Amino acid sequence: MTDTIDSARADDAPLTTSKRAPAAVDAALDSLIDKPGQGDADTLIGRTVTINRPRADLFAYWRDLTNLATFMDNVERIEMLDGKRSRWVVKAPGDTAVEWTAVITEEREGEMIAWASEEGADVPNSGRIDFRDAQGGRGTIVTATILYDPPSGIIGKVIAKMFQREPAIQARRDLRRFKQLMETGEIATGARNRRLLEEGKN
Amino acid sequence: MRALAWHGKHDVRVDTFDDPEILNPRDAIIRITSTAICGSDLHLYDGYIPTMRAGDILGHEFMGEVVEVGPNSTLEKGQRVVVPFTIACGSCFHCGKHQYSACDNALPADNQDIAQELYGQPMSGLFGYSHMTGGYSGGQAEYVRVPFSDVGPIVIPDGIADENVLFLSDILPTGWMAAENAQIEPGDTVAVWGCGPVGLFAVQSAFLMGAERVIAIDHFPHRLELAKRFGAETINFEESATYEALMEMTGGIGPDACIDAVGLEAHGFFVDNVIDQIKASTFLGTDRAHAIRQAILACRKGGRISMPAVYGGLIDKFPLGAFMEKGLTLKTGQTHVQHYMPGLLNAIMEGKIDATFLISHTLPLEEAPAGYKMFHDKQNEVTKVVLKPQWSRAAD
Repeated sequence: MTDTIDSARADDAPLTTSKRAPAAVDAALDSLIDKPGQGDADTLIGRTVTINRPRADLFAYWRDLTNLATFMDNVERIEMLDGKRSRWVVKAPGDTAVEWTAVITEEREGEMIAWASEEGADVPNSGRIDFRDAQGGRGTIVTATILYDPPSGIIGKVIAKMFQREPAIQARRDLRRFKQLMETGEIATGARNRRLLEEGKN
Repeated sequence: MRALAWHGKHDVRVDTFDDPEILNPRDAIIRITSTAICGSDLHLYDGYIPTMRAGDILGHEFMGEVVEVGPNSTLEKGQRVVVPFTIACGSCFHCGKHQYSACDNALPADNQDIAQELYGQPMSGLFGYSHMTGGYSGGQAEYVRVPFSDVGPIVIPDGIADENVLFLSDILPTGWMAAENAQIEPGDTVAVWGCGPVGLFAVQSAFLMGAERVIAIDHFPHRLELAKRFGAETINFEESATYEALMEMTGGIGPDACIDAVGLEAHGFFVDNVIDQIKASTFLGTDRAHAIRQAILACRKGGRISMPAVYGGLIDKFPLGAFMEKGLTLKTGQTHVQHYMPGLLNAIMEGKIDATFLISHTLPLEEAPAGYKMFHDKQNEVTKVVLKPQWSRAAD
């Protein structure tokens, strides 16, 4: 029997907080997010952070995708292939990397960017980043929603390492670094000097 | 450089480390001239605080001279500064409300997970106080890297000795905020549990805020003597029954406001304390909390509880019924040091607050391990230990 979200019982909470994950994925594919170009993406995560900066500034920084490697810890580099397509190279153990090409499937200036990976992705994924005005002049509410196909085998290990086992935690950390950069102009570190910083010792 | 490092329970050593460097644009490097051992450092020394690693440099009460600045620091080389123990960015929502110890951005992102799980949201960073608070190297050292140096450190005018202003870094603002959180009204009687540095500054602050009477509670005669010097009445809980004494001394009403300046390592042979201790040692709970329970019981109906004391985890037998039925108010939190520093520096310069009375011992940094042992073992005589990094160099 397929579980579905019962509209009579549906609430205002984001689908990413649903206790019925498969039904939430179906509902998200209906209303929120594109399916990656291949694979069986069945894991939906989402994280929200409020950033004390105007919506337009945050959107502009994010839209230049090459900026994202600054605060996304595991991303080695992002190259723009054309206006809509980007090549992602993500660190993996033993001098390897996982790669995919992402296509921007929808964007609204100052509001949202949606993407999906093309065929041939090491980790099929899709998602969207939304920028909304926060109430009371608190800046901008930024929400990342990501759907992906968790790989098994050796790649699975790579991905576990990449996401430190819990993709939602990695997304939260990346969004926090984005917030730090946007609000303070720098990314906080507890390291005492450059050597410790490079060794990743906080 | 030389610095005092934690190696385990009751094991701290002065070791040689790489010097700190500027890493971010708002950083500054400070050469420490004076640094103190805090009562809350004893929680680390006693092994109560999780996420410590061998080799972590301790110390969150310090001051010194600016020797290097990043491009976005507003400090200048040669300035003397006192550094707040809470690290705060100055630009997030919470800093905007002057809730500096709730800063969103000072804690490195990877270090925020534990507090998120334990407390629901992560707090600001702290110097020298475990990796849960950022893993920032502390100031019981020759040099320290100070992030967000354009927001935190306060510049000290020439001609004021270190000893007069050092405690702006933590315990003076903490005692002041404790009294402010007690929302003192004219005619109030304020009871203060614990006559350590924070309790003694809370006594002074409570009188400055208009308290009619302050009753100080401790079991160390010398500390009670210091409280008396500022005009407090005293209860030695080894000589008198605290709740009964408070009720009698306040005409059967109870104190209008109660301040718990004791915290998670409350002393005394009380049944709940002993049970808490067993639970702490078996990891069923981490905090021993006799003082706050007693404060809730003694406080007058509709009164206020202020809790500057440090708690880290969970407690049992919190008298929630008494708290609710009596309609009490509880205010607490890590100190928003940056908010209080300018006003308190003025109060020191105008002679309204005396901060020097506390210092019982001044030692070279090299003798810091002995300082910790002394502060831990002889709390009656040892009220505050100040360490001088340059003294150790003079001895070389």
